[in-house]
Amino acid sequence: MKVLVPVKRVIDYNVKVRVKPDQTGVDLANVKMSMNPFDEISVEEAVRMKEAGTATEVVIVSIGPKQAQETIRTALAMGGDRGILINTDETVEPLAVAKILAKVVAEESPDLVLLGKQAIDDDSNQTGQMLAALLDWPQGTFAYKIEKDGDALTVTREVDGGLQTVKLATPAIVTVDLRLNEPRYASLPNIMKAKKKPIDEKAPGDYGVDISPRLSVVKVTEPPVREAGEKVEDVATLVSKLKSAGAI
Amino acid sequence: MAFDAEIRAALIEQVRRFVTEKCVPIEAQVGDEDEVPQAVVDEMKNLGLFGIAVPEEYGGLALDMETEALVAFELGQTSPAFRSVAGTNIGIGSQALVLFGTDAQKEKWLPGIASGDLIASFALTEPEAGSDAGSLTTKAIRDGDHYVLNGTKRYITNANKADLFTVMARTDVDTPGPKGVSAFVVERDTPGVSVGVPEKKMGQQGAHICDVIFEDARVPAENIIGKEGEGFKVAMSVLDKGRLHISAVATGVSKRLIREMVNYALERKQFGTAIMNHQMIQAMIADSQAETYAAECMIMDAARRRDAGEDVTLLASSTKLFATEACGRVADRAVQVFGGAGYVSDYGIERFYRDVRIFRLYEGTSQIQQIIIARELAKAAKAGRL
Ligand SMILES: Cc1cc2nc3c(=O)[nH]c(=O)nc-3n(C[C@H](O)[C@H](O)[C@H](O)COP(=O)(O)OP(=O)(O)OC[C@H]3O[C@@H](n4cnc5c(N)ncnc54)[C@H](O)[C@@H]3O)c2cc1C
Ligand SMILES: Cc1cc2nc3c(=O)[nH]c(=O)nc-3n(C[C@H](O)[C@H](O)[C@H](O)COP(=O)(O)OP(=O)(O)OC[C@H]3O[C@@H](n4cnc5c(N)ncnc54)[C@H](O)[C@@H]3O)c2cc1C
Repeated sequence: MKVLVPVKRVIDYNVKVRVKPDQTGVDLANVKMSMNPFDEISVEEAVRMKEAGTATEVVIVSIGPKQAQETIRTALAMGGDRGILINTDETVEPLAVAKILAKVVAEESPDLVLLGKQAIDDDSNQTGQMLAALLDWPQGTFAYKIEKDGDALTVTREVDGGLQTVKLATPAIVTVDLRLNEPRYASLPNIMKAKKKPIDEKAPGDYGVDISPRLSVVKVTEPPVREAGEKVEDVATLVSKLKSAGAI
Repeated sequence: MAFDAEIRAALIEQVRRFVTEKCVPIEAQVGDEDEVPQAVVDEMKNLGLFGIAVPEEYGGLALDMETEALVAFELGQTSPAFRSVAGTNIGIGSQALVLFGTDAQKEKWLPGIASGDLIASFALTEPEAGSDAGSLTTKAIRDGDHYVLNGTKRYITNANKADLFTVMARTDVDTPGPKGVSAFVVERDTPGVSVGVPEKKMGQQGAHICDVIFEDARVPAENIIGKEGEGFKVAMSVLDKGRLHISAVATGVSKRLIREMVNYALERKQFGTAIMNHQMIQAMIADSQAETYAAECMIMDAARRRDAGEDVTLLASSTKLFATEACGRVADRAVQVFGGAGYVSDYGIERFYRDVRIFRLYEGTSQIQQIIIARELAKAAKAGRL
């Protein structure tokens, strides 16, 4: 089984983001960037499949600026076999990403595309689903467990308040959730070896995909500042305050 | 080998991530329990940390000194006990083999050292021979195709976990001083080798030191590293490199403590304002920063020169003297900036204060570095090189 794993370069999850003064977005200047954490989980899963002998090749693809190559290298250091960078400095919306990925799929013919359920920068949670629609492939979203079952895949999904298990014919789209696995640390030797793995460089135009945005961001705002607490005289007052606030 | 900048950045980033995510959260636990959890040791093995200074053909990373120093800056930014787990394999425990070992010796031991499956220690110090290491009295007497070792080594880091030791012992009992000393690889399971109980010590709980005792321990003659009589030279070459590594670890701790000081000083208010606004606090933090930066520059310069093949004995001693003494001052100031909290264990600052004290003692005390610096200068002057 050949696995295609798209990865996105996003603001590192440890960074405290600041909204730009003009509220058009967040400040990206000198901010640490890393692989979207959900994508680390999908890379880990693909690499485990390869180690278990169920996957034959793990191809990493990223759409983004030149530096997204570092993100691909990280995935290659974790165990991916080769990379494809689709280089663009433009903002690429989920639909455009899905359209490009559909073309990559046509070229690469993977049996499985393993995506993060969402990217932590825009929290769109759309790309996997859109790709499934464009390809007319079955999808298993929010995967908690993935098992190969003959030519099919059994995917246990996280749903509100429980789990749901679905069976997908391959080729298929699976998006991964947080609890699927704990991604490994790429070892230092593998980081060095990753430098020698091939990365193909392309542009959206090579796939004939129009990536011009269809959405415009109206406004980005900081979350409300947490308000100061209140000190009360005694337990009775506390209880009555909590009751009137509907907290108990 | 010159390192690719992108690879170097990725390596450093990964070590930083390991330190931040796996070590920093359990510093207090390691201090209290005097043990680095096996799971973390295993992660270090998987990461490849044990092999960073072993050649690639033996499964290591063969980092140049400059990159090793950058890694050590990162490893220093948590309790130094974590670094110590892999420290002897990276440094003093492996380098005699790397620098002077025969192909057969390298083949036999370096792959295990690189993976962390073998722990290697360095045994020079004795009860009666510390700073004056050249006066050591552990004997290695040739008997057929073996050397028979007798004597006691003291304060040997990781001895309780070691599978092999680099041992300096006197092969020529009639030649006093450094010239009669040879270096050997001694395997832990050699009959006649025993290890004492770990010492209770001031800091770096989680890292252990013990006596290593040799009682008629028969070591194969092919385990000699270098030639007979070269053991002291071997030990000193190993220490030149070790001193740069230790300097970088100490400077890593300084960087961490500066961060702690600044963050605390911005939060803590006295006299109606954050103490960061008090100029005497600023002075302590500024001095710490300037000294730490100076140490960093010294380390990078000495490391690059070593990579270029220069003899760095003078530079390594100068660097170790300055970097470790600076670290001691920084740790003292950190306690001061934290006030009472600096003395109370919950804040972790007093633990760092204790941990860093050893940097000024081992791999040559500060006084020994001064002696080496003066000796090297005199030597250079006499040779018309100063
Ligand atoms: C935690 C720890 C880990 C260690 N790990 C190792 C290890 O892995 N392998 C190993 O072989 N050893 C190890 N050591 C030993 C360490 O290297 C020695 O403790 C150190 O070299 C000092 O020797 P000493 O303790 O005998 O002190 P001494 O040599 O007795 O020194 C006592 C004092 O006298 C000073 N002094 C000595 N000679 C002179 C002089 N000529 N002029 C001026 N002052 C002088 C010293 O600077 C010091 O201040 C370790 C020690 C510790 C505490
Ligand atoms: C073991 C121990 C025993 C103690 N016992 C007692 C006790 O029995 N009774 C009791 O009442 N207290 C006791 N204390 C508290 C002790 O007196 C305080 O910790 C000490 O006065 C410092 O106050 P602080 O810890 O709040 O530090 P802070 O006042 O927060 O000081 C932090 C740092 O800021 C500096 N600083 C503060 N203001 C200025 C300024 N204006 N300009 C320049 N620098 C400034 C300080 O010098 C220090 O370096 C004890 C503390 C300890 C650790």
